[in-house]
Amino acid sequence: MPSFNFVFITILGCGVVTWLSRVIPFILLKKFKMSRTLTEFLSFVPLAIMAALWFESLFVQRLGHFPQINLGNLLASVPTVLSAFLSKNLLVIVVVGIISLAAIRFFLSV
Amino acid sequence: MNAQLTPKAAFQETLPTVFGYLGIGIAFGVVGQAAGLSTLEILLMSLLTYGGSVQFVIISMLLGHSALLPMLLSTFLINSRMILMSMTIAPYFKNESLFKNLWIGSLLTDETFALGMNKTNSTAGQLNFAWFNTSNLIAYFAWAVASLLGAFLGNFVASPQELGLDFALVAMFIGLLYLQIISDQVLQVSLQLAVVTFVLVLTYLGLIFIPANILILVITLLGCGFGVIIKHAFF
Repeated sequence: MPSFNFVFITILGCGVVTWLSRVIPFILLKKFKMSRTLTEFLSFVPLAIMAALWFESLFVQRLGHFPQINLGNLLASVPTVLSAFLSKNLLVIVVVGIISLAAIRFFLSV
Repeated sequence: MNAQLTPKAAFQETLPTVFGYLGIGIAFGVVGQAAGLSTLEILLMSLLTYGGSVQFVIISMLLGHSALLPMLLSTFLINSRMILMSMTIAPYFKNESLFKNLWIGSLLTDETFALGMNKTNSTAGQLNFAWFNTSNLIAYFAWAVASLLGAFLGNFVASPQELGLDFALVAMFIGLLYLQIISDQVLQVSLQLAVVTFVLVLTYLGLIFIPANILILVITLLGCGFGVIIKHAFF
């Protein structure tokens, strides 16, 4: 691992980069109004991001080849989705998810 | 979720997501410790970079003796989805001061973003500073505490994965996605399902060509575009 100074500069630099991505839209939108098309485009962001983050976890990437299925996460997703249907409660969903994957790893060792 | 935009409501509604932060934060601490970062460095990265998955990437690049610039570039690419989320959230705070806007933006995360968007479905499209700031602060502190905890646990736990904690975040995305679909007041369910299916196909195919971390942004952009097009064509 590199020296503390280098690690610290990295942490700080990456922090600034992330921070700028977070705040620049707030500054710009304080001054400018978004067009209707852009607003409509952005209305799909929550849906698309959440779905992408979930689906990405269901596969194991092998660049240049079709991805492999991440069996543990795929199987654990089933009771998790079911608990979402039944409970509509985020806490229940998260707890069911954690227990599901732990149980699957325990019994199937995937 | 209820219609109240108070700190108390925010506290109750953010609490379930804390499990997600704890799971991944602890995993981050353990990984950082195993990679040879000091406890202080782990804590500083969680407090200053505050980037979720990007922090894991930085650790692996540090291990590979990467130069600074590639790490900054990777951080930008992975976290550029923050730009989209900030753009989506910012209009709700247009009447607040610039400082409050910057403050909300500074601590925005995937999860508080999704929670906030879910919240607007039960508040007739409203968000306020008190609610969002509370949610953001809980997330920020949970992440920092979890990272510290992981750094300490790293001495004892060989593989935190066995506990299933790494699935907490995925479960949270599933929950937030489902709640978003059933409560969205504007977009029809069938339209949303079409976009989700499109995203699934694109994820599978995209993983062949594009590194996973950057793929999220590409797919989000394409998914939104697809949504707009079919909304006008069929809905």
